[in-house]
Amino acid sequence: MRIEIRGARVVDPASGRDEKTSLWIAEGRIAGVGRALEGFRADETIDAAGLVACPGLVDLSARLREPGFEYKATLESEMAAALAGGVTTLACPPDTDPPLDEPGLVEMLKRRAAGLDGARVHPLGALTTGLKGERLAEMVELTEAGCIGFFQGNAPLPDNGTLLQAMRYAATFGFTVWLRPQDAALAGGGVAHDGEVATRLGLAPVPVIAETVAVRTIVELMEATGARVHLARLSAGAALDIVAQARSRGAPLSCDVGVHHLHLCDRDVAGFDANANLSPPLRDPSDRERLRRALAEGVIDAVCSDHTPVDDDAKLVPFGEAEPGATGLELLLPLTLQWGRESGLGLAATLATVTCNPARVLGAAAGSLAVGAPADVCLFDPSRSWVVKADSLASQGKNTPFLGLELTGRVVRTVVGGRTVHSA
Amino acid sequence: MMRADGLQVDAEGRLRHLLTTEGLSAEMIRRILDTADQFVSVSEREVKKVPLLRGKSVFNVFFESSTRTRTTFEIAAKRLSADVINLNVGVSSTSKGETLLDTVYNLQAMDADMFVVRHAQSGAAHLIARHVKPGVAVINAGDGRHAHPTQGLLDMYTIRHYKKDFSALTVAIVGDVMHSRVARSQIHALKTLGVPEVRVVGPATLLPAAVERLGVRVVRDMGEGVRGCDVVIMLRLQSERMNGALLPSAGEFFKCYGLTAEKLSRAKPDAIVMHPGPMNRGVEIDSPVADGRQSVILPQVTFGIAVRMAVMSMLGSPA
Repeated sequence: MRIEIRGARVVDPASGRDEKTSLWIAEGRIAGVGRALEGFRADETIDAAGLVACPGLVDLSARLREPGFEYKATLESEMAAALAGGVTTLACPPDTDPPLDEPGLVEMLKRRAAGLDGARVHPLGALTTGLKGERLAEMVELTEAGCIGFFQGNAPLPDNGTLLQAMRYAATFGFTVWLRPQDAALAGGGVAHDGEVATRLGLAPVPVIAETVAVRTIVELMEATGARVHLARLSAGAALDIVAQARSRGAPLSCDVGVHHLHLCDRDVAGFDANANLSPPLRDPSDRERLRRALAEGVIDAVCSDHTPVDDDAKLVPFGEAEPGATGLELLLPLTLQWGRESGLGLAATLATVTCNPARVLGAAAGSLAVGAPADVCLFDPSRSWVVKADSLASQGKNTPFLGLELTGRVVRTVVGGRTVHSA
Repeated sequence: MMRADGLQVDAEGRLRHLLTTEGLSAEMIRRILDTADQFVSVSEREVKKVPLLRGKSVFNVFFESSTRTRTTFEIAAKRLSADVINLNVGVSSTSKGETLLDTVYNLQAMDADMFVVRHAQSGAAHLIARHVKPGVAVINAGDGRHAHPTQGLLDMYTIRHYKKDFSALTVAIVGDVMHSRVARSQIHALKTLGVPEVRVVGPATLLPAAVERLGVRVVRDMGEGVRGCDVVIMLRLQSERMNGALLPSAGEFFKCYGLTAEKLSRAKPDAIVMHPGPMNRGVEIDSPVADGRQSVILPQVTFGIAVRMAVMSMLGSPA
């Protein structure tokens, strides 16, 4: 199908393009930007006046909940949520049930996802079997099945000895190890940032050192093994200094931040709102400020939704018993736009954090509107406001601290491989 | 984002639930203490009953077992002529997998008017209060580390009884503040009532982060901590603290932070000694002090019934 998207503000952070022009799609690829190919006859012309056309969003973390957690969400509902959020490429963590430590499971997931004709799914394989932190998973087999890296998800990090070997093994083959930097012993089962709010509410704390000690350890192990590492979901300002120093020494280290941590802080837990129970926890306003700045300055490569649909029952319990996580695929775009505006960034710099930068982390051919690139396009109305409610979300997870609040920026059409897969 | 203010006190300033002392106005606290004054005399009569809650059903729903607190709530409710049902839920439905809210909905279907709830998780009472029908009142009898408001209020009543004026007091709270819902409830109430100097005394392992932001002064040394105090409040130390690598032994804790006559002598001569109970003699406090002339530990228990009667009567009937 040949499509012309006419008169949009075309923003392609990878090339720096930000201009009102048109986009032509043919045979699943970008056929032209700014200038049509001679003799191009569109089967469909979309009048995109007032809209922004950018590469389909690339989300480094979205839990699709299959296999095993279908009562929380299904591939169908979460793929629909991705497309409603303009996300056309996503990485999913391995903490499913069973975890993604078997090539067969990965193949099945990829096949199911491909059959749904939606976003491109890049599974992260388990770093250790069963995510138990004891034995290495078959990284080579899993990579052949389609895994783009290896992760423990929200399961604890292995002990240093095992982590060292896992990184050494991954380095042999050039695989990227994704790690959530949290020292389990220092986190001690805590559920909230170790500060005034947790003290007032009597919530078990997760101190900042649980993150900084883990980051330092990981950096040292990287230097000892040569492994490439991606730090998933930074939460503390103090961790950023360690990351920045390591990168300045040339360490192959990338990192991301969850979009909620750019906007919320520990005060949003007030009243024991279980929808604000996130992992890592929401920290101090000063941490939030540092994370926002670090993303703007490029110390943090990308922002992701960390989409975690949770069934109502798992949130309608006392705070400390609630399952952490928030639904986020459909909020990633408006929340990122808001951060960009508030940080004084242009639209291209803002959208880079959800397009070309995460694509680079994944090593995927995505996040770009270059001629010849796959035609994965997000067309959105930057000024349309909408209220976050259960029925305005396609995700089965309605668990969001933004419930009832108004956000600005709504996806109007999502194109994957040149086909419209969502329109609103 | 939810705030407790709209939840326990309604727009007209009426107490709908009692979940935490945090956010209660000084005026509301004084109203509760004044109401308790009247009930002290009821408990001294031969017929210890007033009909204020006659016909009302009070359900004591204790997910964490406690004989003492439950008993005092039961006595308070019965002196108000309420019907009292005691549920030790720990041994019944939650072990069958029933959620907290389901348990509450089931009990609500039995037309409870008031729930007195104790739970091991901070925020449990808030959760329940957000989900009960209008007109059903929730009293937090202790939720995790967060709050034990009736204890905090009876401690304020006790202090007012012996010291009259809050505005010139020095109060020390000693021991495991980190895990103490009692300490938190006391701190909020003391600061709201205008106590200028509230000290928390204990080893660093037992003091929570940023505790100074609650308006208290952290003191590491016990002698320093009780110097010149009008009120010394000793907190209970649970034996689990030794297992969790927070303290080496009860003996060393007693050596450093136990209240002995010697340590007490650094406080004012007319200082009162308080303890929420149950006491660990020889751990937080030695027997001569616990049983001595400055100890008001037993009066606390008596006042506790009057304060709970006050809270229940204010919740159970329209203002």
